[in-house]
Amino acid sequence: MSYILETRGLTQVYGAGTPFERTALDHVDIQVEKGEILGVIGHTGSGKSTLIQHFNGLLKPTEGEVLLNGRSIWDEKGKCSRKTRFEVGLVFQYPEYQLFEETIAKDIAFGPTNMGLSESEIKTRVAEAMDFVGLDPSMAGQSPFALSGGQKRRVAIAGVIAMRPAVLILDEPTAGLDPAGRDEILAQIRDYHARTGATVLIVSHSMEDIARMADRLLVMNQAHVMLCGTPREVFAHAEEIVAAGLDIPEITKVIRELNRRGIPLDPSIYTVEDAVRAIRAYKEGR
Amino acid sequence: MNHSEIIKTEGLTYAYPSEDGTPKLALNGIDLSIARGAFVAVLGHNGSGKSTLAGHFNGIRLPSGGKVWIDGMDTADPDKLYEVRKTCAMVFQNPDNQIVSTIVEEDVAFALENLGVPPAEIRRRVDDALKAVDMYEFRRHAPHKLSGGQKQRVAIAGVIAMMPRCVVFDEPTAMLDPAGRREVMRVIRELNRRFGITVVLITHHMDEAVQAGRVVVMHAGRVLMDGTPREIFTQVDTLREARLTVPQTIEVLFDLNNQTGSDLPIDALSVSECADTLEKYLKR
Repeated sequence: MSYILETRGLTQVYGAGTPFERTALDHVDIQVEKGEILGVIGHTGSGKSTLIQHFNGLLKPTEGEVLLNGRSIWDEKGKCSRKTRFEVGLVFQYPEYQLFEETIAKDIAFGPTNMGLSESEIKTRVAEAMDFVGLDPSMAGQSPFALSGGQKRRVAIAGVIAMRPAVLILDEPTAGLDPAGRDEILAQIRDYHARTGATVLIVSHSMEDIARMADRLLVMNQAHVMLCGTPREVFAHAEEIVAAGLDIPEITKVIRELNRRGIPLDPSIYTVEDAVRAIRAYKEGR
Repeated sequence: MNHSEIIKTEGLTYAYPSEDGTPKLALNGIDLSIARGAFVAVLGHNGSGKSTLAGHFNGIRLPSGGKVWIDGMDTADPDKLYEVRKTCAMVFQNPDNQIVSTIVEEDVAFALENLGVPPAEIRRRVDDALKAVDMYEFRRHAPHKLSGGQKQRVAIAGVIAMMPRCVVFDEPTAMLDPAGRREVMRVIRELNRRFGITVVLITHHMDEAVQAGRVVVMHAGRVLMDGTPREIFTQVDTLREARLTVPQTIEVLFDLNNQTGSDLPIDALSVSECADTLEKYLKR
């Protein structure tokens, strides 16, 4: 089995040799399958942001390797190829603060322009990316700074999508948005995934959101991978997750409370839909 | 103004200037009264006007029309502005934007030094404030080495060292992880219960709003709903129209009723209340 992204013994030490030396990643082995949606969770300082920065070469491993399509992203001369940056698109937290151009179209065109694409190709990419994030074509000439926070964020995401990355990584894409805004952005990411077949990594603190989105979850804790598997497999380890400063969905807590009261429902349920289904089946089965 | 209320707005309107000259109405006639010692959560989708409203509570914004009184003081009176800000303090979303010093206790002392409080008094208030947010043992640490939840608690300590009667929190947990959120919410509850500080909490998290005594829902610059968490969160359809969600503990009961035609009470604000209702239903 070949993986699109892989780390082998990846280790990152900050401030090596100083009194502030801290190991952010400690011999981490991760495999990301082509075309999956992988949710990455972990408390602040667990190493997850360090990990995603390694995926497109923003950090250089202290030790170990990062492989993209089976090849190290760092060459013999110790350089990260520009191609990696285009193939692995990284959307940072609060990306709306990184907008800088006069118009929405110019801002989105920044990445494709750096790739050296032709003018007509850039136009196509910009239009396509705006469509993906639900921005009306008539807005192309507007200043991005006159938009609402939620719309600015879409422009920023479009700027990365326009490079058509094989791997799209989003760090907390829904932070600070209202529930409807959260649902919209997540639906657009899901749609982008379905239409392009791209591999998507989402970092989130919202267990409810990530449980609904991801095929698999990766739980980081204290510079190590604590758990990795389907949401069902991961949320079955409720106590460990809470002890690691994280949380499980409210509905999973309700089911587990019912378990304690002698009602044997599946303790790994993590969506309201599944919970209603299981409750009805139990009621009708009696 | 009634003596029992600390915040009062009357016919409050606020218009943002816009490029084409037509002002955009962010608040459209708000009449609100918040009692001394209350814990009020304000919900609303992005752009509903809730942060604009919060800005009026300590004079960051001044009304385009109508009035805002803080502890009886008109916020539009320039002579009162200083007192208004001392009475009603604010804590913002991003802790990194609110920390100014390189040592925790100096950061907490910053405002007190500016206010010219005597050194011995500063010492006492800083210690008390850090103990109140459970950060006393970190008093000599560098803020940038702390976790998000810890930093936000330092920012809160800096505010309560000024001994305000009211604190407005504008999405204080939006940038925090679940453990950080739990820490900050615990501190907010404590400030309200133990110290009697009036709390106005602007949030997108329904599980936080549930912890308040009163919930105000903003929509299109107006107050759409106003009541106890139990009254508000059982109106699932109205909330959804306002682009909000309900806690999963209520959603599951609401959906179950809809699908099975049952008549279960849906006002479960906690996991155990939800489990109580479901246990009765399943063992019936």
